[in-house]
Amino acid sequence: MNPAEKPSLKGSRFELRTIDNTMDDADADRLAQEGRWGFLHSEETGSAVDGPGMRVVFWTTGCEFRCLYCHNPDTWKLKHGQLSCVDDVLDELKKYKDYLRFAGGGLTISGGEPLVQAPFVMNIIRGANEMGVHTALDTNGYLGERLSDADLDEIDLFLLDIKSWDPATHLRVTAKQVEPVLNFARRLAARKRPVWLRFVLVPGYTDAPDNIKGIAAFAATLGNIERVDVLPFHQLGKFKWEQMGMKYELGDTPTPTPEATEAVKAMFRSYGLNCPS
Amino acid sequence: MSERDTLSLDSAVAHAWRGFKPGQWQQAVDLRSFIQTNVTPYEGDDAFLAPATPRTTAIWNKLSELFVQEREKGVLDVSQIPSSITAHDAGYIDKDNEVIVGLQTEAPLKRAIFPNGGWRMVENSLKAYNFPVDPKVAEIFTKYRKTHNEGVFDAYPADVLKARRSHIVTGLPDAYGRGRIIGDYRRVALYGIDKLIEAKKLEKKSIDGAHSTDAIIRDREELSEQLKALSELKVMAAKYGFDISKPAATAKEAVQWLYFGYLAAVKEQNGAAMSLGRTSTFLDAYFERDLAEGTLSESQAQEIIDDFVIKLRIVRFLRTPEYDALFSGDPTWVTESLGGISEDGRSLVTKNSFRFLNTLYTLGPAPEPNMTVFWTPKLPEGFKKFCAKVSIDTSSVQYESDELMRPAWGDDTAIACCVSAMRVGKQMQLFGARVNLAKCMLYAINGGRDEMTGDQVMPAFEPVKGDVLDFDAVMKNYDIAMEWLARTYVNAMNCIHYMHDKYAYERIEMALHDYNPLRTMAFGIAGLSVVADSLSAIKNAKVKVVRDETGLVTDYITEGDFPKFGNNDDAVDQYATWLAETFMNKLRKHSTYRDALHTQSVLTITSNVVYGKSTGNTPDGRRLGEPFAPGANPMHGRDKLGFVASAMSVAKIPYEHCQDGISMTSSIVPSGLGSTRTDQVANLARSLDGFFGTTGFHVNINVLNRDTLVDAMEHPEKYPQLTIRVSGYAVNFIKLTKEQQLDVINRTFHGEV
Repeated sequence: MNPAEKPSLKGSRFELRTIDNTMDDADADRLAQEGRWGFLHSEETGSAVDGPGMRVVFWTTGCEFRCLYCHNPDTWKLKHGQLSCVDDVLDELKKYKDYLRFAGGGLTISGGEPLVQAPFVMNIIRGANEMGVHTALDTNGYLGERLSDADLDEIDLFLLDIKSWDPATHLRVTAKQVEPVLNFARRLAARKRPVWLRFVLVPGYTDAPDNIKGIAAFAATLGNIERVDVLPFHQLGKFKWEQMGMKYELGDTPTPTPEATEAVKAMFRSYGLNCPS
Repeated sequence: MSERDTLSLDSAVAHAWRGFKPGQWQQAVDLRSFIQTNVTPYEGDDAFLAPATPRTTAIWNKLSELFVQEREKGVLDVSQIPSSITAHDAGYIDKDNEVIVGLQTEAPLKRAIFPNGGWRMVENSLKAYNFPVDPKVAEIFTKYRKTHNEGVFDAYPADVLKARRSHIVTGLPDAYGRGRIIGDYRRVALYGIDKLIEAKKLEKKSIDGAHSTDAIIRDREELSEQLKALSELKVMAAKYGFDISKPAATAKEAVQWLYFGYLAAVKEQNGAAMSLGRTSTFLDAYFERDLAEGTLSESQAQEIIDDFVIKLRIVRFLRTPEYDALFSGDPTWVTESLGGISEDGRSLVTKNSFRFLNTLYTLGPAPEPNMTVFWTPKLPEGFKKFCAKVSIDTSSVQYESDELMRPAWGDDTAIACCVSAMRVGKQMQLFGARVNLAKCMLYAINGGRDEMTGDQVMPAFEPVKGDVLDFDAVMKNYDIAMEWLARTYVNAMNCIHYMHDKYAYERIEMALHDYNPLRTMAFGIAGLSVVADSLSAIKNAKVKVVRDETGLVTDYITEGDFPKFGNNDDAVDQYATWLAETFMNKLRKHSTYRDALHTQSVLTITSNVVYGKSTGNTPDGRRLGEPFAPGANPMHGRDKLGFVASAMSVAKIPYEHCQDGISMTSSIVPSGLGSTRTDQVANLARSLDGFFGTTGFHVNINVLNRDTLVDAMEHPEKYPQLTIRVSGYAVNFIKLTKEQQLDVINRTFHGEV
């Protein structure tokens, strides 16, 4: 009886892992759109930085963005993930059901960009809801149209990453337009869905005051932003770019000082937003 | 005490008990009744707490200078008067400024000798620290007075000696005091010595008519010794100018009386663990009364607790350097149990629970007293958050499940040592260290031979054959090996505790117990995760054996992956639960001294390092000499899914088969608990709710960055008070051996990226 038939998902989000599924990209995508199967990068239990309380997090693969500062470029390609069945994912989640109830935590699906596999992700969310587990979706919002209004109502909390306000900056750091992201934010606001807004502070890229003020002013008008998290850029993903043979532009970009991060938080707070230090 | 109306109410007693709600506690020695009747649960936060006063800081600074000298010398000074309750004169740190008084000898940090436990330990310790042995004392304890140590070795059968020599059984309390007995020191404060003597006499009278069997003769002799000890306790207090024959009448007196009780215990016994009990909530009734009467301010209240805790921090025993290396410094396990709830659901958290924890701020972090919080999700939120905050700031707190202990032992239970629960004053344990079940598994494979020396330690049986380990064959042999080990272990324990009662009886601690308490015999196991992973490897991967020329298996080549303990995976976690249950059931087959109830712990303290040293290569890929994981922890770096999965694996180990405790130690980096301080505090509290709301039993929480520890290894002088939790207690990091420091640094730090 030798090893488990499938590679383990166990490990941190910062572990480089690319599974070489032999299927082609289109087949992988077709499978994910069907919803019973999907691709996961990794699993972590007891994360305290992916939504409220201690959370179980599943990271999906597949992403439309190509963020220059991405710390998980190994999640970009859908088929680099571990092919997983919804039932198995839910069985795994079930092991933590009681813990999460006592711990006031829940499930977070992050990525990659989970909405690349929206049907798969919604099946997991629906399963979690049936177990009574709180759910959060960590998304860049770009593919928000893939969720129906009914889907939106099934998700307890959105962790919405707005990479930049300034369209040119957004395009530069993510290689995609910002408008679909903002449209999704407006849609969530219209449906009064709770949102924690996340902003990655990257010196020399996203830290222009007007860029930050733009997001803050926009967020302040929405009415459903419960909290803003400012995430200082770090270099923990650098080695992945190198190991994957990709050119990493931010090799010399410093991590923002605590003072600089605090100043940005203060800017958000000045717009009446809850941005804890 | 069974008869009523015996606690006559004279005017001194009436004054001492003024304002307390009456109850059963007035008719008989019944601390639980007093607490249940008089507790004032506190639901608020830590805002009321007062900082250290300049007086407190001055005393602490004075001691801190002595700590530096002590660290340099190893032992600051020794008194060679064999210690007893009354052997030494009064001693002070700073007589005019101490709020609570009393030292083990006549000077702070001056250690006493306790030859009744064993002369060899005394002699070796004195020599190791360059103190010439007093020939008169040596003559007494080698010529005229037999010791516990000598008695045990007179009675050990050959199998025990073999098991001991090969390190498959280790840490037996056969050379010094067994410890892990908690006197109910609160009784001294609530009743005063006269009433306790009165009650004890009635207990003795109750067996006066019984036929003089071995057991009854022993009981009568013990009760007489207890009575003498209580009288001596009064004499000891009088040396400090206190008459404790009557109950304490104020908060300060209550702490002082209670501390005298504890002090008498540490003057008479150098038990491996000399725990305090569950005192803070009891004492709170006195503090509340004084605060209400307007005779005490919050600052004064904190000052009393601070001074008490200072005394607890400087309890010392003279031990050999080898002992200190094994247990990392000078552990005394002055465990204080805080929090928890009553059987009727009321919180037992009081303001005094906060004040005790607050000493980790007023005096800074420290390993002693061993602050132990009984956790349940039902604790008040304010207390939960304060505990979490203290853990994050000091890494000096351990947590144990009120949800598992309360149904098993009731709501007046305290922890002795690290994880051993007992009803205070009504239950004691016969402590017995642990056996190495990983080594036992290797013996199973090798037909009872030692994998490192090749010696035939167990009676020979057929070794496991073939080049690849067959799971069923290993399990069949493991059963044979564990059977022998369990029998040998109970044998050893019976000899030890028979002799300890005979030659080194804990007179004062037992005087502060009811007559005929519940006795448990506390066995222990080490190597749980090594065995679980090894069995998983044998079952799920291919484990080839490497034999030497004598046919001894000395190494394993493991091909393929296998599920590992610590990832909440039943495929392997089942072996851990199976092991705990199976070995426990084997222990239960053998009768115990004084019909003690068999219990078992999964706890290693810091000895996981030395267990590893004396264990060969194992099938899970662990190399010869590599440390085991501490307690019930998964092996370092094999728990890949984060804190929760790791904890859930450990939480599967059944408490019903491990009623002496299951220890887990977790290190988390601060950022792993959240991105802001508020989140970190809330999330740690929620994590504990999750762990104890399910079936977790115990967790040590360290909130630290690895870099801090690395820096402390290189610059110990910068970190005199850096405290970390190891398996079941806390240590001063810079007092660890280099190997232990590296072991801690190499552990999994959850949340680290």
